[in-house]
Amino acid sequence: MIGADLAIMTPEIVLSLFAMAGLLGAVYTSKDKLASAMCWGTAALFVIIAFYIGVTGNGAHEAFDGMFIDDAFSRFAKVTILLSAAAILAISQDFMAKSDLLRFEFPILIILAVVGMMIMVSAGDLIALYMGLELQALALYVVAAMRRDSVRSTEAGLKYFVLGALSSGLLLYGASLTYGFAGTTRFGGIIEAAQGDMPLGLLFGLVFILAGLAFKVSAAPFHMWTPDVYEGAPTPVTALFATAPKVAAMALFARVVHDAFGGVIGDWQQIVMFLAVLSMFLGAIAAIGQTDIKRLMAYSSISHMGFALMGLASGTAQGVEAMLIYMAIYVVMNIGTFAFILTMERDGRQVTDISSLSAFASKEPTKALAILVLMFSLAGVPPLLGFFGKYAVLVAAVDAGLIWLAVAGVIASVIGAFYYIRIIYLMYFGDAREGLDGKMGLVPYVGLIGMAAIIGLGWIPGINLFGIEAPAQAAAAMLTR
Amino acid sequence: MENLISIVTFVPLLAAVMLAVIQRGDDEAAQLNAKRLALWATVITFIASIFLLVQFDAANTGFQLVEEREWMFGLTYKVGVDGISILFVMLTTFLMPITIASCWGVKHRVKEYMIALLILETLMIGVFVSLDMVLFYVFFEAGLIPMFLIIGIWGGANRIYASFKFFLYTFLGSVLMLVAMVMMYVDAGTTDIPTLLNHQFGTETFSVLGFTVVGGLQTMLFLAFFASFAVKMPMWPVHTWLPDAHVQAPTAGSVVLAAILLKMGGYGFLRFSLPMFPVASDIMAPLILWLSVIAIVYTSLVAMVQEDMKKLIAYSSVAHMGFVTMGIFAANQNGIDGAIFQMISHGFISGALFLCVGVIYDRMKTRDIDAYGGLVVRMPAYALIFMLFTMANVGLPGTSGFVGEFLTLIGVFQVNTWVGVFATTGVILSACYALWLFRRVMFGDLIKESLRSITDMTRRERAIFAPLVVMTLLLGVYPSLVTDIIGPSVTALVENYEQAVAAFEPHAAVAASQ
Repeated sequence: MIGADLAIMTPEIVLSLFAMAGLLGAVYTSKDKLASAMCWGTAALFVIIAFYIGVTGNGAHEAFDGMFIDDAFSRFAKVTILLSAAAILAISQDFMAKSDLLRFEFPILIILAVVGMMIMVSAGDLIALYMGLELQALALYVVAAMRRDSVRSTEAGLKYFVLGALSSGLLLYGASLTYGFAGTTRFGGIIEAAQGDMPLGLLFGLVFILAGLAFKVSAAPFHMWTPDVYEGAPTPVTALFATAPKVAAMALFARVVHDAFGGVIGDWQQIVMFLAVLSMFLGAIAAIGQTDIKRLMAYSSISHMGFALMGLASGTAQGVEAMLIYMAIYVVMNIGTFAFILTMERDGRQVTDISSLSAFASKEPTKALAILVLMFSLAGVPPLLGFFGKYAVLVAAVDAGLIWLAVAGVIASVIGAFYYIRIIYLMYFGDAREGLDGKMGLVPYVGLIGMAAIIGLGWIPGINLFGIEAPAQAAAAMLTR
Repeated sequence: MENLISIVTFVPLLAAVMLAVIQRGDDEAAQLNAKRLALWATVITFIASIFLLVQFDAANTGFQLVEEREWMFGLTYKVGVDGISILFVMLTTFLMPITIASCWGVKHRVKEYMIALLILETLMIGVFVSLDMVLFYVFFEAGLIPMFLIIGIWGGANRIYASFKFFLYTFLGSVLMLVAMVMMYVDAGTTDIPTLLNHQFGTETFSVLGFTVVGGLQTMLFLAFFASFAVKMPMWPVHTWLPDAHVQAPTAGSVVLAAILLKMGGYGFLRFSLPMFPVASDIMAPLILWLSVIAIVYTSLVAMVQEDMKKLIAYSSVAHMGFVTMGIFAANQNGIDGAIFQMISHGFISGALFLCVGVIYDRMKTRDIDAYGGLVVRMPAYALIFMLFTMANVGLPGTSGFVGEFLTLIGVFQVNTWVGVFATTGVILSACYALWLFRRVMFGDLIKESLRSITDMTRRERAIFAPLVVMTLLLGVYPSLVTDIIGPSVTALVENYEQAVAAFEPHAAVAASQ
């Protein structure tokens, strides 16, 4: 039996073994000299496994008596996570090398984090969920503090650790309440207990679990760590935070509310709606005053998480599908944007202040155009893909009768548009006093242009979002049987 | 040619891509090449659109030359034209070569300027030919991006403020429309415009936050669309972005904005509000008629005290758009015929007036009315053309301006006499500000030192105005050119509208709900 169980987990096992082998190999040989090769190797492995999962995966399997689920939903999330982590590894090497951070631990920690995320999205049990979550979080605490000699970076790591521990505590408390009242930690068992008028204890358990998860997706009012950690952590780590863990946490969120609490949609719907509205507005309004582009991206991600939660709040298969598509598009936009942020330099020194973008367009028209595409897409202006993500979410919300939520969402997106077009305004209309150097390594350049091309062209009839609609639909169908 | 509409729509975009990819360098020759390529592309588009007009059968009131392709999320890429939209397509393709030709003197980032204008043309045509609601929205909104850049990069001194105001104002208006579109999709199960035109949206009275909404769902949807189209139009009191945008925009930007972009609002009313929400339109019509009258009278008065020529013309545009909304919501054959006619003719006239301002702005670098005076001495040809368009703007019989205003006034008199009476004063007021502008700029003695050496229009400038002069006069003396094409479609629209309104009895519905 155990052989069949392990076979289902092959990708996770391969990645774990690779991480351990890499750790041993690097320690006993030349340590950091191998770091660059390790990064590339890891990225390649991520891509291979993503293809393996995407191509060979079919049907729904359970391992370890329902602890671990391999279905269309987890596969969609895993492919997104793996590809985005690979992209982040690829684009961040120049930066890491320049700031003397290219250590062999970096790719290994990222592999471990990714394994954690993959377990998160496959979890069919509260214990498995927690294991995945902690594996991911512990690895990320360390990479956040990777720049040991920088006060900012260590502060970011500590802050992330303390608040992450708090959220884990909330989640565990909720899990224990749920176990106490449902008598099981399996999602399949919980959903049988949580039907109709469920016990108050179970409701408390649900609330605490959701609060813990809201920390992980950085939804307001549990978002406080996000701007500081984004600003303090080394930029490649920020880029990672903005992409893969967000997808994993959001997928886990969907898994928990549908697989474990699918019988009491009305109960969690209110909570998710509240989180969504608050996140959208807080992200949009607080970003206006920011002068640091990493902090701005932090608030931007809070706002986007609000939108994704809006899809989830509808409580339908359509909503989950919209959320998945939204997250996939969000990840692409963020990789492109961070590929640029990673290379922002003035006189050879790394900078992150927004004003340094002044008149960038007259110096580097192609790159500026790519950023323009990404920014308008983040703002949700058609025909760029960001708009279609928002459209899918809006349709799901309105279809579920949440019209006021949809109206609140679009108003928040108008407020949010202000700061995105401020960046464009600076690039195109600003005066060129202290501009950026504008140099960019080949890989980040390809990343920026490639992502902008996906966002700018993906809507064309015939390309149709690169066909992610069908897998997203299949994935959503698995959750809301 | 079954892809004719797509060809017309995407030729400019193709040219823009070619420019972006192939064109290198920024010297004199490269700039000239960019301009030539853009001009050729727009001319070819115009020629292609003539084929469209030839194939179009005016007697058929349905959508013609329809193309359909699968898209994502259950949407379709579906385009086609009917009697209402085809002339807007023609207006766009006709004006774009003129617009491109008018920016021959631009020296700053010419390639990007041409790309922005070409992309804008594709998006504008796309708005008029879309037969899928979300496709319409995509084109409608995407137009904000190039226009934002045109104002922001090539605009005047206060361009930042103007471009932000333009973007956020119109963006806010249209996202509410997006929510309404989503609601319509959920209600009707399709985003296909021809199907939606036959779909009956609910009219049962319900209450929202304690307010009783007569007309129910239709009224809510109508208001959401109204938020978008009224801003775009622009109607009083949400017109304030327009003067700012016009003053700061470069000449070509102003021409496109006044001549084509504003028409999207009116087109939207005709494509969505009136046929899809007839009951709500009937309920809201009195309000809109009065708003239109206020726009006509108030903005005409405001126009009189302007010191800046572009601002004056911008306010005059708002007043003329007041006639359009008035005609549309009079909801009879004359009114709607007049509204469409007025939009087409205003496209030529306002475009020409902004070009006129551009001519002297290029020479003197100022738009202050006080900086001019006595120009007729040095620039007789210019004075003649300016006078023609001033008269057309006033609505002199024999010019196209007269036909539109006259038809809308006839239309509205049949519906609401008082509105008609007040609106007619607008004709007088427009004569006041337009003629006064003409007097201050053209007549009097040429006393200003700086104007002594000003030169008359070049051959290129005259060539630009020639087609506009022809169209203004032609439509003025032979309006059937337009009304023959739009007539059958408008008749069908009005018939459907009246049937739907007759079927709805608001008082009975209110009584039943109590």
